Amino acid sequence: MRLVDIAHARSGDKGDRADIGVFARNAKDYTFIKQLLTAPRIAAHFRGISSGAVDVWPLDNLWAIKIVLNNALQGNAARSLRSDNLGKCLAAALLRMEIDNPQGNPHE
Amino acid sequence: MRVFSVFEISECPLAPSIPGHGEAIVKTVRIGAGLGFYGDSWVPIATTLERGEVQYIGSDHLAELTLAILHKDRSKDPQAGYTRDLVPMLTALWPAAQARGVKFLLNAGGLNPEGAAAALRAEFTKRGWQAKIATVSGDDVLGRIDEIRSTGATLSHLDSGAPIESVRERLLFANAYLGAQPLVDALGQGADIVLTGRVADAALFLAPLVHEFGWGWSDWDRLAQGITVGHLLECSGQGSGGNFNAYGEQGWQSIPDYPHLGFPIAEVSEDGTAVITKAPGSGGRVDFDTLRQQLLYEVHNPHRYFSPDVVLDMGTLRLDDLGKDRVRVSGATGLPRPNALKVVAGYADGWAGSATIGYSWPQAYAKAQTAERIVRQLIAERQLKYEEIHTEFIGLNSLLGPLADTTHADELNEVYLRMLVRTPDRGLAEAFPRQFPWLALSGPPTASGFSGMDAPRALLGLWPTLVPRDLVETQINVTVSTT
Repeated sequence: MRLVDIAHARSGDKGDRADIGVFARNAKDYTFIKQLLTAPRIAAHFRGISSGAVDVWPLDNLWAIKIVLNNALQGNAARSLRSDNLGKCLAAALLRMEIDNPQGNPHE
Repeated sequence: MRVFSVFEISECPLAPSIPGHGEAIVKTVRIGAGLGFYGDSWVPIATTLERGEVQYIGSDHLAELTLAILHKDRSKDPQAGYTRDLVPMLTALWPAAQARGVKFLLNAGGLNPEGAAAALRAEFTKRGWQAKIATVSGDDVLGRIDEIRSTGATLSHLDSGAPIESVRERLLFANAYLGAQPLVDALGQGADIVLTGRVADAALFLAPLVHEFGWGWSDWDRLAQGITVGHLLECSGQGSGGNFNAYGEQGWQSIPDYPHLGFPIAEVSEDGTAVITKAPGSGGRVDFDTLRQQLLYEVHNPHRYFSPDVVLDMGTLRLDDLGKDRVRVSGATGLPRPNALKVVAGYADGWAGSATIGYSWPQAYAKAQTAERIVRQLIAERQLKYEEIHTEFIGLNSLLGPLADTTHADELNEVYLRMLVRTPDRGLAEAFPRQFPWLALSGPPTASGFSGMDAPRALLGLWPTLVPRDLVETQINVTVSTT
C-alpha cells in the first residue's frame, strides 16, 4: 500500500525550502506515520529533487507531521526552471511512498 | 461592530452577567478572507459581504515574485507599483461593503501605497463614493541600504551568511515585513480602507482584532491566536476546501460546489478563541481536515512560527470540529516578538529561455527524447553555452520529476518535450527556442504544438535578511485621506 491510503498532505514553498504537512486520520495511523517518516527515509524518497537536510516535526495535537526539505527549489520559485516551481506536487510525491500496512498483513 | 447576546450564539443560558446589565454581552469580531494572491478571484468576497456578516476583509496580494513584477511596473511609470487588481476589485465590492460598514485591509499598495491610494481616490471621487483611505508605508528599504549598514546591520543572507555586496548592484526591491501596529493606528483614525505595502500576511487579520478588543502588544497568547486566524485566512480558498490534497471518501472529490467555493471567515472572541467558517450556501468545506492542511501550509518549525508581532507555537493548538462548516481554534501559545524584522530583497538573477514541442503515439516518449538529444547536440556544436539545461517530459514527469513512475512511458498517448536554459545573457536565452521549429519538418515524426518564441523570462534571486526593528519602525508613516 501507499502513504496516500492512510494520510493526506499539502506542500508549499518559501525561498529554497519546500515544506510538506502530512496528516493522519486517526491516532493509530499517526503513531505509525510518525515512526515511518524519519528524516533519512524522507531524504532518500526525494533524492534527485532535494539535496539539502530534511527537518521533521511531529505534532501530536494535530496528528500531523511537518517536513521541511532544504535546498529543494532551485533557489526559489522565481528562479526555478521546473514546471512545479512552487513545489505544490511534492506532497503528492510523498503520498506515493510505498509503506507496510499499519494494521499488519492479514494473511500472515 | 456586531454585538451578539450570548443567547444568540451559545446554548449556555447561565453565562456570567455583567453588573448593571440584564444579560451578558459577548462581542465577536468577524473577518473574511480576501484575495490569496495577485490574480485571485474577488467573486467569493462578494458572497462573503452579502451573506457572511463580516466587519472586515483582509486581502493578501503580495508574493515575492509580485514585488518583482511591481518593480518592473514602477520603473516604467512612477505612479504605478501597486497591484492593478486593487481598483477594479474595490469598485466591484465597495457598494456592498459600505452598505454594511465593512472595512478592508489590503497589502495591494505593493511598492507604492500612496500611488494605490491616489488611484483609488480618483475612481471613488469619479463615482461620488465616500471613503476614508489610509496608507501604511515605510517597509521599502531599498533606498536605505547604505544607511542601515552604517548602523552596523550587515544585511547578510539569512541562511548562507553571504555578504550583500554580491547582489547589491542587482537588487530590484527590498522590503521589511511590518507587523500589525501601523494598521491598528490606521483603523484607530477611522480608516475604511487600509492600504499597505509589505506587511506580514497575517497582520492584515491581526490588526482588526487588536483594534476591536484592545489586546496588549505583550499579550502573547492572544496575539498568537490572532496570527493563527490570519494564517488560516491569508490563502483564501485554501482555508475552506480549495487545493485539498486528500484522496478517498473524504478527499478532494467530496468538496461541494467548487465553482462557488466560499472563502473562509473567522468569528473571533475577546479571548482569541475563533470559529472558522464560511458564508452560508457557498461551496467548499471547513472541517478539521481542510483546516489543518492550511494551518501547517508554508510553516517551517511549527513551534517557532515567526511574525513581527509574536512568535507562535502551534504545539498547543486545538482544532475542534463543530460540524456544519465550523471549526473552533483555540490554545495557541505566544512567545515574545523577535527583535529583528525580516526583510526580503529580490535581485536580477539571469534569464530563462524555453521551448515546448509535442509528439503523439506511437513511441511518443522516444521521439521526444530524441528531439532533446538533437537540441543538446546542436547547442553544443553551435557553442551556445548555458549555465543549466533543464528537461521535462510533459505527460510523464514534468510535475513529479525524478519521482515519476515511468513504467508505461512507451505507451503514452502523447508527450511534450519542455526544455529550459538558464543564462546571465538575455540574447543567449532568446537564441535557445530558435533551435526547435525546424524539427517539425526535419526531425522525428508527429511534432506538434510548438511554443516558446515568447520573450525570455527574467529570473529573480531572493535575499532574505534581518534588520533591527527600530531602524524600520521609526520610519513608518500612516496617512489618512478622505474621498
